[in-house]
Amino acid sequence: MEERERILKVRNLNISFKTDSGKVNAIRGVNLDLYKGETIAIVGESGSGKSVTTKAIMGILANNGTIDSGSIEYVWYDEYTGERQERDIVQLSEREMQKDIRGRKIAMVFQDPMTSLNPTMTIGKQIMEPMIYHYHRTKEEAYAKAVELLQLVGITDAEKRMKNYPHQLSGGMRQRIVIAIALSCDPYVLICDEPTTALDVTIQAKILELIQDIQKKKELSVIYITHDLGVVAKVADFVNVMYAGKIIETGTIDEIFYDPRHPYTWGLLSSMPDLDTDDDELYTIPGTPPNLAHEVKGDAFAPRNQYALNIDLREEPPMFDVPGSNSHKVASWLMHEKAPKVEMPESLKKRIEKMKKEGVK
Amino acid sequence: MEQQPILSVKDLKQHFRINRKFTVKAVDGISFDIMPGETYGLVGESGSGKSTTGRSIIRLYKPTSGSIVFNGTEIGGKMSQKAIKELRTNMQMIFQDPMACLNPRKKVLDIIAEGLDIHKAYSSVEERNEKVYQMLELVGLSREHASRYPHQFSGGQRQRIGIARALIMNPDLIIADEAISALDVSIQAQVVNLMKKIQKETNIAYLFIAHDLSMVKYISDRIGVLHLGHLVETGTAEEIFTNPLHPYTKSLLSAIPHPNPKVEKTRTSLTYNYEESGLDYNAGTQHKITDTHYVLATEEEFKSFIEHQHDAI
Amino acid sequence: MDKFEFLPDDFEFVGEKQDITKDVVAPAKPFWKDALGRFFKNKGSVIGLVIIAIYVILAIIVPIISQWNYAEINTSLSNISPNGTHIFGTDNYGRDIFVRLWRGTRVSLFIAVVAVVIDVFVGVTYGMISGYFGGKVDNILQRFQEIVNSIPTLVVLTLLLTVMKPSLTTIIIALAFTEWIPMSRITRAQVLKIKEDEFVLASRTLGASSFFIIFKEILPNIVNQLIIMCMMTIPNAIFYEAYLSFVGLGLPIPEASLGTLVNDGSKFFLVYAYQMIIPSIALALLMLSFNLVADGLRDALDPTMKEM
Repeated sequence: MEERERILKVRNLNISFKTDSGKVNAIRGVNLDLYKGETIAIVGESGSGKSVTTKAIMGILANNGTIDSGSIEYVWYDEYTGERQERDIVQLSEREMQKDIRGRKIAMVFQDPMTSLNPTMTIGKQIMEPMIYHYHRTKEEAYAKAVELLQLVGITDAEKRMKNYPHQLSGGMRQRIVIAIALSCDPYVLICDEPTTALDVTIQAKILELIQDIQKKKELSVIYITHDLGVVAKVADFVNVMYAGKIIETGTIDEIFYDPRHPYTWGLLSSMPDLDTDDDELYTIPGTPPNLAHEVKGDAFAPRNQYALNIDLREEPPMFDVPGSNSHKVASWLMHEKAPKVEMPESLKKRIEKMKKEGVK
Repeated sequence: MEQQPILSVKDLKQHFRINRKFTVKAVDGISFDIMPGETYGLVGESGSGKSTTGRSIIRLYKPTSGSIVFNGTEIGGKMSQKAIKELRTNMQMIFQDPMACLNPRKKVLDIIAEGLDIHKAYSSVEERNEKVYQMLELVGLSREHASRYPHQFSGGQRQRIGIARALIMNPDLIIADEAISALDVSIQAQVVNLMKKIQKETNIAYLFIAHDLSMVKYISDRIGVLHLGHLVETGTAEEIFTNPLHPYTKSLLSAIPHPNPKVEKTRTSLTYNYEESGLDYNAGTQHKITDTHYVLATEEEFKSFIEHQHDAI
Repeated sequence: MDKFEFLPDDFEFVGEKQDITKDVVAPAKPFWKDALGRFFKNKGSVIGLVIIAIYVILAIIVPIISQWNYAEINTSLSNISPNGTHIFGTDNYGRDIFVRLWRGTRVSLFIAVVAVVIDVFVGVTYGMISGYFGGKVDNILQRFQEIVNSIPTLVVLTLLLTVMKPSLTTIIIALAFTEWIPMSRITRAQVLKIKEDEFVLASRTLGASSFFIIFKEILPNIVNQLIIMCMMTIPNAIFYEAYLSFVGLGLPIPEASLGTLVNDGSKFFLVYAYQMIIPSIALALLMLSFNLVADGLRDALDPTMKEM
């Protein structure tokens, strides 16, 4: 039995932003684990805090953001000595982050390939730059590696493309180059922030397959941030559902898709029509996410939750373990032994039944 | 009794001249009809010309050529005053970007009442305001919201204000130009439910322009698939999804992600490249398969499509 | 689980007691209040504003209440260094500099007002029409503007001076010739930025006339940038007059402006330095104050505050 090795351990992360409307508590106690070679997805809607979490891991929080408390422990093996290193990223200085971690051990792929690439630099230069900066490779070495990377990400005519500028390429190709740049320093962790949202649907699948491919080859661990459940279904091993700055449900992909427990997760899964939906109305979560500039009392989801309990208005629910699993956890008072038994909405139940049957060919 | 279509587009072309050597043919000869009370979904990827089509129909651009007949009035060429009035009151549009579609300096009350103000469609200020309040309640907001400014609302709420602005004119057709693409998934569902509810109550027709196929299938009665400025296939939602003929349609359908891990992890999508496909959109004509199902093809291409129609997607 | 204290009805549904369909919207916060708040928090802009206010007050009052007349020549009083009776001293002709300075400030402030008026009525309108209508209209208007802009102002002024006598009017005409151009450029750029925004398109689909769109949709959204730009052109206009006066193309004797005072003072700089230093400082301080206020306005009115 292969032992899973944990690379990233986020505990009790609290991040706030200073804005004109006051202090916004964007992240309110997030716990995350990432194991080597695995893919986790952070799912949430706008304002849930999913992007902020990963920006904190990369150390690129906006100037008005502060990490109020918590730790982000990162484990790696030194490239030269093979020694096991463990550091709390929160404690590292900007310089240490810049030199050691960012781009080199943890790399990021952003959403919009139009703005992720420098329009005034050739592709070749952009891929070579991180290698030269972090590893002091010579131009020849970096060039050779860059061509290799372009081929790895599926770009034909790699040598020719090295001299191209971003505007000469299509969106899908640009995103491939962004991925190539992210991989140029052989990072251990790849963070992808909505990498396919800005792309056409026919290109999306190809990009996701590419990342999966590379992941296998290079033993990468990947964190996906997305609101698209189709993307999650394709790539993730583990899913974390975020709402209002907290993770409200986490588990393996099968647990989340086939046995969701939190009413918000039910809402998310129900509001996507699949190709067989012919209901008159899509089930939707009413209302809008809360304004985090105001203090949250009790469960942040309670005002939109038709299954809210009285205690939800007073106390924020802790993470409950789902019996029978050591990975499935839910932050909802409905999981308490005293809580009334609530089943997911009928329409969702039916759909899950159908989905379970679909996979069996 | 045969119904007259509320919108009839024939051979619409919209070309943009960049310079002497280069013209972008965004829309290159498309034809379709929309019946009263129906939802027609126009689907395509970036560069397909779907947004351009919507904007040409509502005359934000001047069409290069072609005919657009709306409620019996020709609005494609030079328009008479009567045609302009018909267009500007009975056809409305809702836009994609909830952050940009409302004037940040105007109160919601004035934003929604804009159509009434322009066409002087009320006899007193109380009547005007009352109409606005009714609209707000119709879209799920409340009267107090009328005195607020757009930046105080969320994306989904702003989109609903945009819908209220369009509805207050009591139009026969609303063009929804990627109206939900920029919204969160659960908010998309809210807005789509609202649009369906309104359609039930007022029998309004929608031209629903989008790239999200699952949502398009859910909301549309009939669907048109656009690629590179051409309408390559059109039919009822059922026909398009169960019996697609055009290889582009097939590749589009195969690319739709399923929120089902069992299926999604093993799915591979079909590739389709126009340059390598051997098809010529310009030489094709619309071939009929059923009364509602048409595909763009030359004679030969059509034969090939029929042969391969039951190939696995 | 132990740290939680449970109440008897905790695990019952809230149900009807809360209305989950009710939409919550943030309470109203008027934009102007916010902007004013930000402006007054900025120390620099407050200081600038105060100084301008002082200038205005002194410019109005001093020439009226002072015992000294700004034009009266009295050679017995010439070249007195600043003291109790003559706060800023006297010049070569025995005229009290304090009075002349504030009289001169009137001219500078007047020029400031004229610059703003020209900016707004000519510059903004020109820019809006050129920007909104685009196409041929834009082409013609822009080419015309470029031609006007490329004529050196000194040439214009010299030509004017052949037909007109040096006076405030002449300066204003010379100013008006090119003053509106930067403003019209900025306006046009702002209009181009907003022209394709969806709320403008929405107005078009609702049937609004171009006039309606320009003044009711576009203008309110760019007025912030325009105010800032206006504020910034004022120091330039003031200096322009001062510069003209300094090179002798400005106001005739005995008219005073900050520029003529500097000019007069420069002739005796090596002997009576105060005669040049004082008006120079006054001029610089006035320009600095306008710049500080403009900076403060820009920070206060910045459109990125549009979001929640």
